[in-house]
Amino acid sequence: MPPKRKPVNLSGDGTAPPIDTWWWLTHKGTTTSFLCISLFALLIRSAVSMFPYSGAGTPPKFGDFEAQRHWMEITTNLPPIDWYRNGTHNDLAYWGLDYPPLTAYQSYIHGILLRTFDPDSVSLLTSRGHESYHGLKLLCRKLLMRWTVFSSDALIFFPAALFFVLVYHRNRAKSEVAWHIAMILLNPCLILIDHGHFQYNCISLGLTVGAIAAVLCGSEVLTCVFFTLALSHKQMSAYFAPAFFSHLLGKCLRRKNPVLSVLKLGIAVIVTFVVVWWPYLHSVDDLLMVLSRLAPFERGIYEDYVANFWCTTSILIKWKKLFTTPSLKSMSLAATVLASLPSMVQQILSPSNEGFLYGLLNSSMAFYLFSFQVHEKSILMPFLAATLLALKIPDHFNHLTYYALFSMFPLLCRDKLLLPYLTLHFLFTLIYHSPGTHITLPKTKTSSFSFTSFPGYVFLLRTHFFISVLLHVVYLTIQPPSKYPFLFEALIMILCFSYFVMFAIYTNYTQWNFSSHFRSADKEKKQI
Amino acid sequence: MDHRNNGDGRLLLWLFAVATSVKLLLIPSYRSTDFEVHRNWLAITHSLPLSQWYLDETSQWTLDYPPFFAYFERFLSFFAPLVDPKITDLHSGLGYAADSVVYFQRITAMASDLCLLLGVLRLTRKAEPLSRNLICVLVVLSPGLLIVDHVHFQYNGFLLGWLLLSVSFLQDGRDLVGGFLFAVVLCFKHLFAVAAPVYFVYLLRHYCWSGLATGLRRLLTLGAVVVAVFAAAFGPFIYNGQIQQVISRMFPFGRGLCHAYWAPNFWVFYIILDKGLAFSLRKLGVDVQVPSASFTGGLVGDSSPFAVLPQITPLTTFVMVLLALTPCLIKAWRKPQPGLVARWIAYAYTCGFLFGWHVHEKASLHFTIPLAIVAVQSLEDAKHYFLVSIVSCYSLFPLLYEPREYPIKVLLLLLHSMVMWLGFSAQYALKEKKEDGESKKSKFEIGCIEKSYLMGLVIVEIVSQFLHPYFLGDRFAFMPLMLISTYCAVGIMYSWVWQLKRILT
Repeated sequence: MPPKRKPVNLSGDGTAPPIDTWWWLTHKGTTTSFLCISLFALLIRSAVSMFPYSGAGTPPKFGDFEAQRHWMEITTNLPPIDWYRNGTHNDLAYWGLDYPPLTAYQSYIHGILLRTFDPDSVSLLTSRGHESYHGLKLLCRKLLMRWTVFSSDALIFFPAALFFVLVYHRNRAKSEVAWHIAMILLNPCLILIDHGHFQYNCISLGLTVGAIAAVLCGSEVLTCVFFTLALSHKQMSAYFAPAFFSHLLGKCLRRKNPVLSVLKLGIAVIVTFVVVWWPYLHSVDDLLMVLSRLAPFERGIYEDYVANFWCTTSILIKWKKLFTTPSLKSMSLAATVLASLPSMVQQILSPSNEGFLYGLLNSSMAFYLFSFQVHEKSILMPFLAATLLALKIPDHFNHLTYYALFSMFPLLCRDKLLLPYLTLHFLFTLIYHSPGTHITLPKTKTSSFSFTSFPGYVFLLRTHFFISVLLHVVYLTIQPPSKYPFLFEALIMILCFSYFVMFAIYTNYTQWNFSSHFRSADKEKKQI
Repeated sequence: MDHRNNGDGRLLLWLFAVATSVKLLLIPSYRSTDFEVHRNWLAITHSLPLSQWYLDETSQWTLDYPPFFAYFERFLSFFAPLVDPKITDLHSGLGYAADSVVYFQRITAMASDLCLLLGVLRLTRKAEPLSRNLICVLVVLSPGLLIVDHVHFQYNGFLLGWLLLSVSFLQDGRDLVGGFLFAVVLCFKHLFAVAAPVYFVYLLRHYCWSGLATGLRRLLTLGAVVVAVFAAAFGPFIYNGQIQQVISRMFPFGRGLCHAYWAPNFWVFYIILDKGLAFSLRKLGVDVQVPSASFTGGLVGDSSPFAVLPQITPLTTFVMVLLALTPCLIKAWRKPQPGLVARWIAYAYTCGFLFGWHVHEKASLHFTIPLAIVAVQSLEDAKHYFLVSIVSCYSLFPLLYEPREYPIKVLLLLLHSMVMWLGFSAQYALKEKKEDGESKKSKFEIGCIEKSYLMGLVIVEIVSQFLHPYFLGDRFAFMPLMLISTYCAVGIMYSWVWQLKRILT
């Protein structure tokens, strides 16, 4: 042991330390620290995947896990044209394929993989309700399925995130970047839904992140290709469509040749669509058949207890009874468009990278709050957009994470994912407050006119938080009254909805402020 | 000197919290029989009187740790019935594996790691911020500890925490407390006794060797302290006249030279040499008796497992360990420096690991954790630690043989290597900056031989995990394990030679 060295001058009066805490992690550059953090993120993912999945041991329909496996069974055994068609071998009532073709292709590839290791797992009809297998066989199947999600995440979401980080943080303090990487990769919602509950959101979200990164580095054709792919993987990616559309349109309008550049992007979109949808483009009927599967209007405007406008207000106004489905359809469409309009207009008027990210957040939030047939899991879309903005709005991002997770709490409890829910939440809070970074985190820029300065806001937020903590405990310990079996779910929904609305108002406001800020700056420049 | 205000202590707590969340997520993972062993000990200590603890044979997993560990289990068993009374039921609790017991035992392992935290906090409180952070990352997020304690299930973090505390007191020059703590560790787990000679020589020379009167007084104090600790541990059993029984439980020499899975130590080469000689002699026409017992079976018993080479007895291994320790002891006697204690202790455990009787691969933690403290002291140490910690962690891989934990163990090792590489290169890049480029070649780089050795690990892994099952199936099932332990043994041997050289120069 060498003589005790004096600690590097870290004076107690709070001056900046000469080396920041995370320097050792970041000194080799963004890619290296990304690699290191992604190893940790993968470790967390593989640990979470040891927990139960949705619908484990609940016949006859099981859950998303069985749905995904069933799609592998269908796609590996039937020709593409029959994938979406009801037939003797494909009973659409039993987890019929209701995602666009890219999901089907992905199921096909994974199905082939599964078949090489465990042929019974995807055999037509007989493999249904796989849980009749016990012991080793089930374990092996579960493992293989988990690994398909794991590999999709590692191969699509992670590279896309790296691409985004490299483009977005070209010149920024390094420990901030590391913090942001950790926020993106250790996003508890995505980990819980994909690796716990069992879905492949990482693919469509990864493609979306890739598209966003492409926007930031200015290659618009790539954006169109990536986003079209995302859209063909999960129709829910359409939540982001208004933002992409308005931003790209706004940019194109500023070019010398607006029509030509719009045309170029249009062609990119169409070509990608045609390539992906090729098997279903031979007749109008086929296409309509697939499209009708993608939009299950017959399931009603909401299901379960999702924290959006329709479901929350249904406590007071019985939408389903008052209106027919078609009129609800048009109402929800109008509401969604209206809610996402401000951010779209802002982007068309003054497209900017920063504004684009806000636009993504606002349009996806508008869809989550007002569109037809929203699922709890759809909070992943607005949440992803918020994650990308984490450095800009750290406080709000923190709260949003809390409520986004909370809104999925009943779902995750049903899946027996309570422990990972709490642990990932804890881990997120830890990383959010990691020592050394809080100094460099910028305060929310527009704080001077944000409504955080409203006197009641902080109080409201605290009460909100307090009630939500209480609800966690109550939900876990107390049996709801038999008259209202879903009382607590409803309460959770109301709480989350009210926060989401506040959040949406705030971000819309910020986005608009952003552009007025810009314009006034422009004006000043002109005056000078 | 409280350094908490510079935020470093906070970082350590933060890291510990991160590690705890990883451990929480590992709760449903694979558990070895050690889990049931510890549950049974909970039941024994809870439901039987002290006099029956070392006599009970209800389960095959009898109590074979020293009394302090039994007391520790007794302490935990106060809480266990509050969670689920079946945990501590001696008979109906056998093989009990409900969620309650899993959560309870896993959480006790996590909570007992607070001891490790305390040890690291105390040991590193005067280190440079960067070194301190590095040590914390290496120890608190050590993949070996995570694999052994929180997947496989044991309480090594807790015990190593005591050891680190003891080292920290020795480094401060507070020898008496250090000696006391080491005695406590010994009464928790006797496998730590390998470092006892080092402690003995060091304390004798550094603490007691100062004039006749003070020396004698100090010797007596130290002796009294150690005797008191041992009396507290073994006293009740001596009183009951069971000390013979306790000792025989603690030292089951009947178990054979090697564990079921060969720990990567010296005896691997010995066995292989024996097999090779027997094979070639048989080819030459010499009649060599084929030994009846097989090494892979684990229980070798009395029959001689060696065909050609001389039989190894526990005494032989004991003498070999002592011989290997001698240079270090001489050095410690000549120049007892508090700063070198951690290095000597690590060396002692390396010797014990290499030449000991019935060594378990988990014992490699005993030297990798203290070596982490040494690693930040110089560039050479860092390079050595980089190699040895990867090898020792890799040698633990066969413990988690189920495919479900495969990504976890691989990712843990990769993450650890990456963090080490980043941390060490940051440390020395910083130093280089400070020294204004005196071009002393103080950059953290892995040498060519080390690099190819580590690449070899990848090949060994591919061969044993993928190529062997694919081409040979179930035939020669022992081959992958033998390959891994032989290959790792080379690395550990190298580490031993390196440490010896380092201590002598």
